[in-house]
Amino acid sequence: MNKMLNRRGFLKQAGAVIAAGSLPLSLVEVAFGKDEPANFTFAYISDSHITHIKGREFVRNWDRGLIRAVAEANLLDPRPDFIFYGGDIAQLGKPEELDHGLEILAGLRGDVHYVMGEHDYYLDLGEHWKKRLGPDHYSFDHKGVHFVVLNSILTYDDWTHNKWPTAAERMHQMARLDNPQGSPFLVGDAQREWLKQDLAKVGKDTPIVVFSHSPIQKIHKGWNFWTDDAEQVQDLLKPFDKVTVIYGHVHQIQYNQIGNISFHSAMATAWPWPYPSTYRQVETYLPKLTVEMNRANPFFERDATGWQFINLHTGNVDMNYLLPDNTNRVVAFDTTAGRPVDTRYQAVANRIPPQNHY
Amino acid sequence: MIRPSVWPLLLALGGCVAAVQATPLGLPPVPVPANNPQTDAKIKLGDKLFHDKRLSADGKVSCSTCHDQAKGFTDHRRVSQGFNSLTGTRNAPTVINAAYMQTLFWDGREPDLEGQSRQPFINPVEGGLASHDMLVGIVKKDPEYIKAFKDVFGVDKDGISVDHIAMAIASFERTIVAGDSPFDRYFYGGESKALTPAQVRGFALYTGKARCVSCHRIEQTQALFTDNRFHNIGIGFKSIRGKEDATAQAFIRDKHHGANVDVTVLTRPNMSELGRFAVTENLTQVGAFKTPTLRNVAVTAPYMHDGSLKTLDEVVNFYNNGGRVKETDPVSGFQSGGIRPLHLTDQEKQDLVAFMQALTSPAYAAQARK
Repeated sequence: MNKMLNRRGFLKQAGAVIAAGSLPLSLVEVAFGKDEPANFTFAYISDSHITHIKGREFVRNWDRGLIRAVAEANLLDPRPDFIFYGGDIAQLGKPEELDHGLEILAGLRGDVHYVMGEHDYYLDLGEHWKKRLGPDHYSFDHKGVHFVVLNSILTYDDWTHNKWPTAAERMHQMARLDNPQGSPFLVGDAQREWLKQDLAKVGKDTPIVVFSHSPIQKIHKGWNFWTDDAEQVQDLLKPFDKVTVIYGHVHQIQYNQIGNISFHSAMATAWPWPYPSTYRQVETYLPKLTVEMNRANPFFERDATGWQFINLHTGNVDMNYLLPDNTNRVVAFDTTAGRPVDTRYQAVANRIPPQNHY
Repeated sequence: MIRPSVWPLLLALGGCVAAVQATPLGLPPVPVPANNPQTDAKIKLGDKLFHDKRLSADGKVSCSTCHDQAKGFTDHRRVSQGFNSLTGTRNAPTVINAAYMQTLFWDGREPDLEGQSRQPFINPVEGGLASHDMLVGIVKKDPEYIKAFKDVFGVDKDGISVDHIAMAIASFERTIVAGDSPFDRYFYGGESKALTPAQVRGFALYTGKARCVSCHRIEQTQALFTDNRFHNIGIGFKSIRGKEDATAQAFIRDKHHGANVDVTVLTRPNMSELGRFAVTENLTQVGAFKTPTLRNVAVTAPYMHDGSLKTLDEVVNFYNNGGRVKETDPVSGFQSGGIRPLHLTDQEKQDLVAFMQALTSPAYAAQARK
């Protein structure tokens, strides 16, 4: 446990993030060989769901969530090497929403890399997004780490092109959860072929960090916490020593380990999912392992939302979740266990039980 | 000396004298730490220390200078004035019902009254003493104090420490509680006529459209009118707007090099605006300040951590504008979710102010009429 966080990198950031009293001062410095990848940090903001009302009017709550994440991320000291945006800038894919969201994101100090979300895509099939931001899948190298960005929210061509009378209807259908008319996400043949070629140039001991909007693992099909060709993508990542997949979409904290691949999700700046069952307005079914979001008072619109900064050391990822009106969390790679663990709430006794009433 | 309306009853319990306070309507019992029980002698000692001007650099400042009973245990100044008329950065919060606070100071940098009460003596813009040793030295010069500390804590002259001073003041402050307001009589006492029709309307707004109750909480059996949490409502951010990063970085650098937070936040106006962040270093708490109680709010003007709002009308306007003095002002990027424009009518604003005027306890009612 003591080894899983890098003291130097962690403490540099800790001043900016960790609440008093929770500073893990017993962490030890991890020694690095000469050929080891350098340590660095980056910030990650996701799922703002900017929603257009009319004219220059947008839903204030979602605007404020993104504005606040940008303001807070700009305080990180030392500066993160870059910032990732994990997808779903927009709610219904409108150019107005994408432009308004990007206007807010323009306030970020530093370079931003973008991931395509389904809410950005299914109105115009990503046309405006690409016009503003460029290709939806790409890779780059940074300080010894190979970064890959995938557009994981594609789906079967027939659903996309032949099923819906209008583009707006297509967008609305894809935006629904538990939708019997929905369709599972796909990375697809073309991108997987591109990924295969891309990874062919990369040494097996190079740490790989993959960004996708949907999880490249199968969690819950009804909510599209799912990518239909996840296993095929995972197969391409298997030969590498250290792989991390970071995704948005789920609006909650998830972490998992499948073989050599660590999975981390990000929080949304817009709203938490799922709401506690006690707050539900209509009957819904939760996946068995769901931990309900502990949002004691819906008045606090930012509670159970947030953003994250990521400490990358020895090729492993530590996710630092900044959770306004709540308690920040750190999910870090545990080198002993060989998987990510929540540094504070892993032990059952340390967990905060979900509320059961209002 | 005029006392708060509720004065401790003295009960002899097995030879040990304990001060037991009747709980006013609308308040829970006062929490008392196990290691600092209330006794009449200790309260009396704390009372004397609280009002003793000798315990400052110029001999003119006591706790009661800024926490004046005749002014609702505040000073009615925008920000407090210490020795040599030096001013700090923050508005003096009332001591009334401070006993219930889970953290002390606007940024919660002390966990209890024992931790809080020792700080102003040595703050360079408050009491101005060089050290706690100097404070203890002044106390030791007074034979009455030496006897009192012996009686209360069983220590001789050389054993007196700042801890004892802080404990005595804290005990005194735990007697400054006040409920029994017209609102309490209406809501907890079943007196339907205790509030005026405007106040009743204001109460409905308070728990409804105006969204006040989410932070200034009212429970089923008692009301502290605070959630003991920290929120950025938009006050004060204009002064560091565009400089938040430089201010936060400079503060952290100084703090990690040993700068005293208590001194920094009261002497450096920009850093003061960092609020709770100064204590926790948590980026989600930049500009967040503690929710103050609203009990006796009609007698504790001006308002907000920087004393920037002069009247309750100004406060209601500020919230109505979504955390802005003027509707055209920008909104802080760090503002807490929940603060948003309220769209109150003029009548509704007046009703809300009327409701807040129903939170005055009998002991302070005369001050409200001034």
